[in-house]
Amino acid sequence: MNLLPYAIYVSFAGAALSLIAGMRSATLARWTALLTAVASWGITLYAACGFTPSSEVLTLIDIPWVSQLGIHYHLAADGISLTLLVLTGLAATAGILFSWNIEERTGEFFAFYLALIGGVYGVFLSADAFLFFVFYEIAIVPKYFLIANWGSTNREYGAMKLALYSFAGSALVLAGLLWIYATGHAEGFGLGQLAQAAVTITHGQQVAIFALIFTGFAVLAGMFPFHTWAPTGHVAAPTGASMLLAGVVMKLGAYGCLRVAMPLLPAGLEFWQPVIAWLAVAGIVYAGLVALVQQDFKFVIGYSSVSHMGFVLLGLAAANPAAVAGAVLQMFSHGVIAGLLFAVVGRMVYERTHTRQLEHLRRLPLHRLMPFAAVVFVIAGLASMGMPGFSGFPAELTILSGTWQVSKVWALVAAVGVLVAAAFTLRAIQVAFFGSTDEATDVTTHPHLMAPVTWPERTGAILLLGATLLIGLKPDLLLNWIVPSLQSPLMQAVWHGGVR
Amino acid sequence: MSSFSLLTSIVSIPWLGALMLASMPRAHVKIVRVLALLYSLSTLALGLVAWANFNPAATGFQFTEQHAWIGVLNVSYHLGLDGLSLILVLLTGLVAPAALLASWKVERDPRLFCILFLFLQGAALGVFLALDFFPWFIFWELSLVPAFFLIKLWGGPDATRAAYQFVIYTIGGSAFMLLAFAALFAATRTFDFVALAAAAQSGGLATKISARALTAIFLGVLLGLAVKVPLFPFHTWLPSAYAEAPTGASMFLTGIMSKMGVYGFLRILWPLFPAQLHAAAPVLIVLALAGVVLGAFAAMAQTDLKRMVAYSSINHVSYCLLALFAVAGAGAAHAAASGAALSGALLQMFNHGLSASALFFCIGIIESRSGGKRGLNDFGGLRTAAPMFAGLCGIAMFSSLGLPGLNGFVGEFLIFRGVFGLVPWAAAVGTLALFATAYFLLTFWQRVFHGPQGPGVASFRDLSGLEILTLAPALVLMFVLGVWPQLLVSIFNPLVTAWAAHLP
Amino acid sequence: MNYSYWILARALLPEMTLVAGALCVLGYDLLRARHHTAAERRSAALWIGATAVVAALIDSISVGRLGAVYGNTLALDQLAVVARAGVLGLTLLTLGVTAGAKNARHPAEYVAIILFATSGFTLMCAAHQLLVAFVALELASLSLYVLAGFDKDRRESAEAALKYFLFGGMASAFLLFGFSLIYGTTGELDLTRIAFAIMHGEMTPLLAIALVMVIVAFGFKAAAAPFHLWAPDAYEGAPTPSAAFIASASKVAGFTLFFRLFWSGLSATAGDVSVAGNAGGWLILMALLSGASLLLGNLAALAQTNVRRLLAYSAIAHTGVMLLGVIAAEISGPGPLFYYVATYGVATAGAFGVIAVLEANGGCQQITDLAGLSRRSPLLAGCLLVFILSLAGIPPLAGFFGKFYVFAATLKVGGVAGPAGWLTMLAIALSALALYYYLIVLKQALVAAPAPERSGRIRVPAAAAITLVVAAGLVVFLGVFPSLVLGLF
Repeated sequence: MNLLPYAIYVSFAGAALSLIAGMRSATLARWTALLTAVASWGITLYAACGFTPSSEVLTLIDIPWVSQLGIHYHLAADGISLTLLVLTGLAATAGILFSWNIEERTGEFFAFYLALIGGVYGVFLSADAFLFFVFYEIAIVPKYFLIANWGSTNREYGAMKLALYSFAGSALVLAGLLWIYATGHAEGFGLGQLAQAAVTITHGQQVAIFALIFTGFAVLAGMFPFHTWAPTGHVAAPTGASMLLAGVVMKLGAYGCLRVAMPLLPAGLEFWQPVIAWLAVAGIVYAGLVALVQQDFKFVIGYSSVSHMGFVLLGLAAANPAAVAGAVLQMFSHGVIAGLLFAVVGRMVYERTHTRQLEHLRRLPLHRLMPFAAVVFVIAGLASMGMPGFSGFPAELTILSGTWQVSKVWALVAAVGVLVAAAFTLRAIQVAFFGSTDEATDVTTHPHLMAPVTWPERTGAILLLGATLLIGLKPDLLLNWIVPSLQSPLMQAVWHGGVR
Repeated sequence: MSSFSLLTSIVSIPWLGALMLASMPRAHVKIVRVLALLYSLSTLALGLVAWANFNPAATGFQFTEQHAWIGVLNVSYHLGLDGLSLILVLLTGLVAPAALLASWKVERDPRLFCILFLFLQGAALGVFLALDFFPWFIFWELSLVPAFFLIKLWGGPDATRAAYQFVIYTIGGSAFMLLAFAALFAATRTFDFVALAAAAQSGGLATKISARALTAIFLGVLLGLAVKVPLFPFHTWLPSAYAEAPTGASMFLTGIMSKMGVYGFLRILWPLFPAQLHAAAPVLIVLALAGVVLGAFAAMAQTDLKRMVAYSSINHVSYCLLALFAVAGAGAAHAAASGAALSGALLQMFNHGLSASALFFCIGIIESRSGGKRGLNDFGGLRTAAPMFAGLCGIAMFSSLGLPGLNGFVGEFLIFRGVFGLVPWAAAVGTLALFATAYFLLTFWQRVFHGPQGPGVASFRDLSGLEILTLAPALVLMFVLGVWPQLLVSIFNPLVTAWAAHLP
Repeated sequence: MNYSYWILARALLPEMTLVAGALCVLGYDLLRARHHTAAERRSAALWIGATAVVAALIDSISVGRLGAVYGNTLALDQLAVVARAGVLGLTLLTLGVTAGAKNARHPAEYVAIILFATSGFTLMCAAHQLLVAFVALELASLSLYVLAGFDKDRRESAEAALKYFLFGGMASAFLLFGFSLIYGTTGELDLTRIAFAIMHGEMTPLLAIALVMVIVAFGFKAAAAPFHLWAPDAYEGAPTPSAAFIASASKVAGFTLFFRLFWSGLSATAGDVSVAGNAGGWLILMALLSGASLLLGNLAALAQTNVRRLLAYSAIAHTGVMLLGVIAAEISGPGPLFYYVATYGVATAGAFGVIAVLEANGGCQQITDLAGLSRRSPLLAGCLLVFILSLAGIPPLAGFFGKFYVFAATLKVGGVAGPAGWLTMLAIALSALALYYYLIVLKQALVAAPAPERSGRIRVPAAAAITLVVAAGLVVFLGVFPSLVLGLF
């Protein structure tokens, strides 16, 4: 476990190395990046093997950093962070594999990519609010450049919107954190210290601070109605970046809600719970309905991400151990599935057909021209629908179970969301891949579509498919880590509404 | 049989077959088809083995396999066989190979067809054998995937819309079933059907869950199952789906998949929610009756033969539901009538599976011989051109009609006898449907097979050996079960008696 | 009361070194370098100047904390020592920027005036008496006016100098008037004695006017809204190294001086900004200035197309935050303020440095002139990235921590409820907004393709390259290890 901080350092080092390698050749840059990602993923897996689930949060490093403010460089891990760390490693590796075909300024691309990953690892490992915030914001700038430089549709607008929304969200979080620190006379910025300080603040202020911090994080998680940056940004982004952004970076927001907002201000959670839950279910259904009418294939996936994140937020809002465990599982599951979906749409389909308009794709019998992509997308689509056997199902099951205990109505609306998800996913599968059953068309009439499936695409797809299948059939691999962690002292405060 | 996991084999061998075929991209078409058939027949073989070792008198589950699976969610891999599941396994073992044989001449991508079919067969068997919601739901939902592709890729002109509608309706219902079981889990911390049924029997469920919540859960499960059977008014997906699907898929859909819904009612809804079912019975009886009557009358109005049989399917399966709802609504006082109704329902499930799939096969033959036509008025005098076909098709038709001496009669008779003893007016209304069924089937018989020869009929070839082979088992059983229903009833009679005795 | 000339001499050693250095520069150029090329003359001047600055730095540190000097005319406390070191460091940075900039017509004079200005700054850092403060301020300001107008080839430079001079002169008049009123009210010139004198008294109208005058002057000098009108033109028209100098070193010295003036001298009349409606004093005026600067600076920057004007408005916005730092010093001392101003200075000077190099290679006025910088010179693009992100307040750079610390300190003053709290929230919100215009600059530099007429590779002179890299490194280093600076207080 003690090796986990090296995941961060290795990623940043790899970023610098990729930049330098890129000056020599693109191939060198790619391999450097891949090796870095695999190495850091390997570190997380190695830690996972040696992990005994418990309710304790294991401190990895804790050294005083800025004593004037009581800030410590404090890294710690528990089951929840470990789940997300493994996800990050997987998504990063797959993302790099699916970006294998980037030719322009390859070194810079992977430098930004690995820097983003390093920042994400840092967020999941931070146990000091200041450090959390630092890593959270470090992740913003690479996002902008990845999209603005290598993106597609409307990339400058999409990049700026994404960056500004993220930054605005983090500004809200900063305001909230400083408020707790100052008004509560906290000794430092450790999560425990801030929690203790928060209790001393008046109830009205706690409610207000919670609104600030939760909203700030929820913006990044794509909560309705602050979600509009997500489809635009993810569509504009290059494939590897979309996979990472939708798959992992959106989870940073949800993780922030879970790790910072909820345990520090349980009184605030209690007050705002109905609002959050309603916004979450609204997001699930609304985003799903919007996805149903999209004409651009990638927009369907973009909106589906917002819809799935709605499930995560619903699970968090329900605020009981079952629902939150489901939310964390859904974070993992959706991370993998979003990666798969964007990979197929962006790398497999768009790079070959150069169109993402469903109307155009309908006329191509893609299931015959690209059988591998078709199979992968069908499986990914099934997983996205919550088909049992794949990771989405146990996640949605537990979220629904936990939500039902709090409010039948929310659970009911969420179930409707499942139906809507099935509808738009099936529509996308059907129109894009099986729209035409023209027997006469085969690979010879569309030579540009003959580009065979490359080994990076195959490897990446198999990794992701394997993950969703594994967790779908054996979700307790992750749940065994997650559930005990939900009994840590900080989380106990959430279940008991703040009594300490 | 403890060392050899019989039930797991039954479920997994078709899937293994699918995997094997998937890994043989360049195999010859004939080899692919034969292999698929063999894997499909494994179900029948293993089903017979199970029957041989089955003890009907023991009303619990036999050959059970239970392994802890997901500890955190208290999910176990739990399979079990009782009389109800056994007859359905046997039915699958008969219908599935027949459907494969019916698809012997599929030209377009036969390997994929066989893979999807075997996958579908395995999933259906899983539904009939799983006893914990988690694996059961996996099979339930996964069965939709191959069905979707079978309809869409090999179906008729409107197949896309039909397939889409079919899947969306079913998933829509399942979403609520999922929610219902999530709610049950929240209160009871178990997904196991046996455990939940025991809790319901002893009144434990009512203590843990409020009455309103329990009603909501009941409705969720009801919705999920109702779409599948289908129960009026959730049936609108069926005619298009059955009509557009290729022959083999239609046979399987009507023969097996509709039984998955009825099975669900018997295995899940009734044991877990007896009180709620009892309370809702009057409404449900009306709905089932609507399916019975309207299905038959709608069939009368069709000119597309496939749609006609599709509506007739709604009618026949609704009989099973009518029986069940009548029994559930009646209470303990009428054990004998309930027993009859339930026996009839089970028999009807099996018999309808045979006769409907045979009918779809016959229509498929008509369609393929005539270059795609299957209208009621497109033919005439087929009897003279293909006498054997007419004969065998006639047997299937009369079986569906419920002619005494053929298998269809026994089931319907028992159902009517039971329902008449429980809800007389419903039985009376149901007889209307009998007339309608007789009318349209006889119309079919007359217009297509008798009368002057229609255009193109003269060149209608009679049945080939393969086609006879496909039909033969079903037809033989139609006769056998017509005169000796005891063959089947012996499997489930103690079970039905036990059910009737434990009525609330 | 210590009136030792010897100690005074030791205290003023850095200033003397700087003046001597300036004279050396002039002398060398006059005597030896008449017939050298312009580049050689500049190079020689810069080397001598840099040597002088380094020497002054060593002097300042070795002299250390002498405490009250010459009857408390100067106070060499910890703040003075650190501020002096900061100013000298920033001067060194400016000299490095000059090395990469377009060659001025009289390089030796240019460097000499920089050194004179620096000596004024270092004196400002140590001043503890009204007259000394004024003299130091004037010394520095006059030098800066000249520096602003040094580019005789451009009309804008003369315009910048004139505007700066007129506004600055008016500010000095306000300041002097304010000082004389303070003297008139209290009868004292020494800050400690002034503090003592007004401690027991009340806020008389005369004192109030004096305070307002001083604050207005301060506002002018610091380019705080609404007294900022000279800044955009000055930054746009002045030669780039001058702009860098004005933006960096003068801010450090200015804020140090005014921090001392207000908190050491006039703290009794500070008033209260922790709760709305409490007693007024100059704190509430500072708060108003801060709010105005934040709003105006950020909002106006959104509309800019000229990169120098953008940096000018960004400077105004940052001044708003620095004023928050002054307010926060009530509880947290000078630490947050100094850290912020110093690191801001490094980042801005660095940004201007990049612009200077670009200017020497084809001009750089519009933001679009930065297009394709990453292809023309990865070094410049990388350094610009660091500087701009630090200005935007992105971790782990120094600008982020500076903002964080200032905000945390300000909230400690009175919590979120009072004016200080509202201002902090406003500042946080506006800094989110500010990312937009900083990203516009970076977009041109790192995303946009270079314009056809400006697409050649840029060779960065070695001295400038080293300076920029060291500055960038400093921004990153101080951002990751802020206690190195904070621990000095």
